[in-house]
Amino acid sequence: MADGDRLQSVPEPLVVDERAARRTLLDQIARLEGELAQVFCATWPRKDVPRPLVRGRGGGARILSFAELEELRDDLATRIADARRVLSDRTWVEDQNRRLIEEMLLEPERHKWRRVSAEDIGERGCKHWHVRPRWSFIGMLMGWWQVVISSGCPLAT
Amino acid sequence: MNDIELDLVDGWVERELAEEFPELSLVHARLDVRPKRSPRAVKQRLRMLADRYTGSKVVHMRQDPVPWAYRVFSRQVGIDPDHDRTPVEAVALRRLKLGGLHSENIVDDALTIAIAETGVPLMALDAERCGDPLGLRLARDGETLAGARPLSARQLVVANDERPVALVLGAVGEDAGVTPDTERMVLCALGVKGVPRIALEEALWSAAETLYTDASA
Repeated sequence: MADGDRLQSVPEPLVVDERAARRTLLDQIARLEGELAQVFCATWPRKDVPRPLVRGRGGGARILSFAELEELRDDLATRIADARRVLSDRTWVEDQNRRLIEEMLLEPERHKWRRVSAEDIGERGCKHWHVRPRWSFIGMLMGWWQVVISSGCPLAT
Repeated sequence: MNDIELDLVDGWVERELAEEFPELSLVHARLDVRPKRSPRAVKQRLRMLADRYTGSKVVHMRQDPVPWAYRVFSRQVGIDPDHDRTPVEAVALRRLKLGGLHSENIVDDALTIAIAETGVPLMALDAERCGDPLGLRLARDGETLAGARPLSARQLVVANDERPVALVLGAVGEDAGVTPDTERMVLCALGVKGVPRIALEEALWSAAETLYTDASA
């Protein structure tokens, strides 16, 4: 085979359009930032859920390299997935607590002294549901239990 | 106050930057106004503005279209908007932390009011010192801001035809900022993808209107 024929069989070098790839990455980052904002807002007003934060790349506002954009995109995606998992676990517990409140209201004698706060069901405020005996010791002796719903936060001292 | 005339100018954007962020823009306007103490009417406006903020509103602000657009842009240029807040979120947080928006001077107050009302980042420059024409470009090797602060490679800056005068979403150079001796100012609004041009114009008009508030008001 002649050398010329052999050269013709070599495939053309792949030309990557970096501008289009960067555009795609920037769009992905924009979409992920929107999802991050949604997750962040969904965690509010819970205080004990870690905030899904993604650190900056440093050096002020600048054009990031292709590798930095990819790293940022992956970082965002990971943090969002982590935050969603934590939030999902948390809302599952809150659902259980809501169900518990319903059971406490239906059958208080089966949940003696049980107490659930608004924070336990992912709500703001200091309200809580507390199963207590009606008329103190008389209620305890007679088995008369009730759910007392307190509302309002204590006054600031 | 109704006869204010603003000559809005679109700043130039360097080609590489325009290719990366096609909708990036810098709209600016020159104003014949000097810094002074804020009149009572401006202080009252700040108080009314502060009353609009609640914790819930501030948390959900990041989902509003204009603040969100600047969060996205911050993220795309390597800034963590939860650490280095966008200007509108910085105003909102300041309100929550201090319990109000306290008056500083007419320039800062005008920027605060315009940013809080429109969500658009603004900056004020000394028209005599900031040079001309203004635009957006990437920092070049070895460049500094105001001869002191070294700039990162490919950092986004507001520049005249010779030197950077301010950082995009950052500080204004000391050699271009407004001082008590300033006699003319340039107000600049940064536009990004997702923010309509009319929002930039509204921000500039709002700030100009505050700056031109009669001292006796």
